[in-house]
Amino acid sequence: MRLLTHNMLSCNIKGVSKGFPLGIEVAKLETKTVEFNPQFLRHSFPKIEWKAFQEAAKTLGVNDLPEQVEPSMLDDDDFLRRFHHALLEIHLEEGDLVCPETGRKFPVAKGIPNMLLNEDEV
Amino acid sequence: MGGEHGAGSWYLCYFLHRLLDYRIPEVESLAKLFGCSGKLQWRQAPNHHPDSPFYFVRLPSEDMARSIAKRSVLVKAIFEIWGEGSTYEELRAAVEAFPEEKKRPYLGTEVTFKIIVDTFGKVISSEEQIKLINSFDFIPFQGRVQLRDPKEKFWFMETDGRVINNGMPAPLEPSVDGTRLFFGREIGGADRSLVTKYALSTRKYLGPTAMDAEIACLMSNQALVDTGKFVYDPFVGTGSILVAAAHYGALTMGADIDLRVIRDGRGPDCNVWSNFKQYDLPPPVGLVRADNNARPWRPNLREVFDAIICDPPYGIRAGGRKSGGRKLLKGIIDPYIIPDDKRKEHIPSTAAYILEECVHDLLDMAAQLLVTGGRLVFFYPLSREEGADNKLPDHPCFQLLSSSEQILSTKYSRCLLTMEKTSEYTDDLAARAQETHLEFKKNHAKLLDAKDKLRSLVFTPSGEVLQRVIPKYRGKYV
Repeated sequence: MRLLTHNMLSCNIKGVSKGFPLGIEVAKLETKTVEFNPQFLRHSFPKIEWKAFQEAAKTLGVNDLPEQVEPSMLDDDDFLRRFHHALLEIHLEEGDLVCPETGRKFPVAKGIPNMLLNEDEV
Repeated sequence: MGGEHGAGSWYLCYFLHRLLDYRIPEVESLAKLFGCSGKLQWRQAPNHHPDSPFYFVRLPSEDMARSIAKRSVLVKAIFEIWGEGSTYEELRAAVEAFPEEKKRPYLGTEVTFKIIVDTFGKVISSEEQIKLINSFDFIPFQGRVQLRDPKEKFWFMETDGRVINNGMPAPLEPSVDGTRLFFGREIGGADRSLVTKYALSTRKYLGPTAMDAEIACLMSNQALVDTGKFVYDPFVGTGSILVAAAHYGALTMGADIDLRVIRDGRGPDCNVWSNFKQYDLPPPVGLVRADNNARPWRPNLREVFDAIICDPPYGIRAGGRKSGGRKLLKGIIDPYIIPDDKRKEHIPSTAAYILEECVHDLLDMAAQLLVTGGRLVFFYPLSREEGADNKLPDHPCFQLLSSSEQILSTKYSRCLLTMEKTSEYTDDLAARAQETHLEFKKNHAKLLDAKDKLRSLVFTPSGEVLQRVIPKYRGKYV
């Protein structure tokens, strides 16, 4: 699971009002090279919840993202490459996503988060 | 050539004789993809049936025609027509009258060429073909004939309007001869090698409903998939639709409710990832196990995908499933509580997901997650029974651009719907969607009882055997 996906997911258990961002418990990380695509990065940037993204990146050991961002930074190649790396190249291969409200764990196995709810959660 | 008013010129589009309903929407989508705004103008040869493979289309430039032809799946070739007629004499007169300055660049000594003879709906011997080719010696070609990879290809095309055979569409007015002869210069044609390259027969990891490569490419074309676009398939399965999207340069994301299908596959070298690796395509940027009925996206997530392409499970080859199984099945009103000691290893049961609810959820999700102007492309089943109420789904955020039917059996067909998101998703729409969602949930048992009409339609023997005579000309069957 890349951080792009993490930034889109939340806990959707019935009654949970603050299910985003999901905490991350790391069991295994992987780095996979992805082709650098500035157009896609510029397109995605405004859709990203930056604070959640930057904190999630830290959990996965990526510490070189700024806390505050603005669109003008997209003209900076160095920033784009760091953004690219954190967004698309770091994978949570095994671990858990944790609901910030209930503590419910959503397992991530073979890089795929299992977001299916139990019968009493829908 | 008529219609000299307006921008651009008329080109002849010679379609492959398949998926007839899909041909014109594909060209229109590709024209849009390559920057042609507005509706395209089409016209047919005199007295031609709408299913005829020959259509004239007005395009702004030859480059546009070339781009469309190259990217398409269903265009055999696009031509600059030098002449047409109902008889060879008419054709010859038209070619001779075609402006000298338009012909000259293709007749010089340096231009290698060949003439291709294509008779639609009949077969002619190679002697006749050579005779026909030689009959064009009235055109002052200076260049050398080169059969392999010539610089220019000229086509002589003929439709035999008198005979109804081999899938040849009958003329509109049966008493009038629909025979038409065309002579033109090829501008470009479809790269059908894609269909072979991505053929399911060579795909490593397949499921029972994997999307055929040709249709998957068509769906990507309908969805205006291009380099750097972000494409989502909420019923991803083995990834067959996203493989085509990735071929056209998209970044892809998929979700599915079946964990085994998307995570485990049939082993480490036979799963969704390996299907992309097999073709050297970038794998999906994300795969998520999720339920389209209880989506795990953060509530304020909006306008992230450029296109959503899918084949929803509508209960014929594969039934849809959604969360909340046992509780819904037993009609238990009180929450079904899982004991704490069983929670960790608990495998949630699922319940049947009826078509109407599935499509409602799909449209609501797409309205939220598509960019404005983004496209939702999906299959929708239709009943072919007489008097069947085939209402197509709609949504206030979407405009239906095309619906292309493909007949699958005497009882039902499927329709490829292309919808464009034309307005923003509002809080009001969100509230209404939530209401409908709860309504579906409340009436789950009742709706299930009424039975998925389509499924019963297809599977329940009707008692009387259908004694319809299937005409030789197959129309939408091809």
